[in-house]
Amino acid sequence: MHNTTYHKARNAADAASLLSGAEDGTLLAGGQTLIPTMKARLAAPTDLVDVSGASDMRGIIVSGNRVTIGAATTHAEVAGSSEIRAVCPSICDLAANIGDPAVRNRGTIGGSVANNDPAADYPAAMLALGATIQTNTREIAADEFFTGMFDTALDEGEIITGVSFTAPAKGAYAKFPNPASRYAMCGVFVASGDAGTRVAITGAGSDGVFRATDMEAALNSNFSASALDGLSVDAANMLSDIHGDSAYRANLVKVMAKRAVTGAG
Amino acid sequence: MTTVSMTVNGKAVSSDVEDRTLLVDFIREQLRLTGTHVGCDTSQCGACVVHVNGTAMKSCTMLAVSANDADITTIEGVANDDLHPMQKAFNDNHGLQCGFCTPGMIMSGIDMVNRYKAEGKKLDETAIRHELEGNICRCTGYHNIVKSISQAAGEM
Repeated sequence: MHNTTYHKARNAADAASLLSGAEDGTLLAGGQTLIPTMKARLAAPTDLVDVSGASDMRGIIVSGNRVTIGAATTHAEVAGSSEIRAVCPSICDLAANIGDPAVRNRGTIGGSVANNDPAADYPAAMLALGATIQTNTREIAADEFFTGMFDTALDEGEIITGVSFTAPAKGAYAKFPNPASRYAMCGVFVASGDAGTRVAITGAGSDGVFRATDMEAALNSNFSASALDGLSVDAANMLSDIHGDSAYRANLVKVMAKRAVTGAG
Repeated sequence: MTTVSMTVNGKAVSSDVEDRTLLVDFIREQLRLTGTHVGCDTSQCGACVVHVNGTAMKSCTMLAVSANDADITTIEGVANDDLHPMQKAFNDNHGLQCGFCTPGMIMSGIDMVNRYKAEGKKLDETAIRHELEGNICRCTGYHNIVKSISQAAGEM
């Protein structure tokens, strides 16, 4: 790892100021992606601004069906939150299957969302739940936030402070993990509520997380796994690698979508 | 360089470290506590698991400066006069072959038993195997590792 200068931010405003004063600074949350990336010398920020203890970026608030999760909240905290589980168990189940227990004790929702790894789990949840990504300067709808593989609508120096969403009446996440890395080969989050059904897919698309609008239309008229039988997924838009080619992933999208719908009940 | 202070196995320690120093390197090279191992160095294997403020974390994927003011427990800190029930269970069940992954297995084992007890959930064999996803034994001796954790869960 190249050398770097570490700063601990007290809150989001402090982090923004530390970041703006750095030559080539990066936010450090749980570091479960960033530290390995720095160790591999694929990233070499001059400065690290640690937001894991930022007071206004932590914690969980559930008010009625509205859920707000601070960006520095760990996967383990989301997985174990009885308040969230009472209204939206699907996101707790998703969090409980990210990485492994030690990673979940440190990795954060804000870090996962900001990184927008094409095989990460949270982006699918954010997109399917129609979440709002809160930053230190504005609010961004999930539909506008995820702009492609490892790419987001965040401006330079902009900091995610939290995410919020309305718990759906029904929701489930079905993930087919890569047996070695536990990243999603394909993960499908289905959420259904007053505003209709949304289906978001991670791990499979060649341009990162995406919504399957044809599946949404089919589920809006009939919310059952069989409603997806007649649909086909275009392999041309799928990732293809040594773990699975695009035709395999296209099939997996449909299989996992049906499992998610069944899981949502 | 930054001065970090933390409690490791009940003892206050303080030292100047480069900001890029990994917690595992600080523990092994500065504190000379070499029970915490570096296996893969890529966050996969879990040989480096320690407890940070009571929860299991991979010390190869964390900066020492991030652990400033933290309370750290390593494999050297789990036994009192007698072996910890988890260590005894690994001994009783021959829960190791070469032993390289064992410190991480024991630290993860203690963490999972503590969590399941706190949540009032039963730590059965399926749960133990799921919980061990972040700990790799390249001798593939998982069967006796699972038996060991299962025994310790009943004794802790």
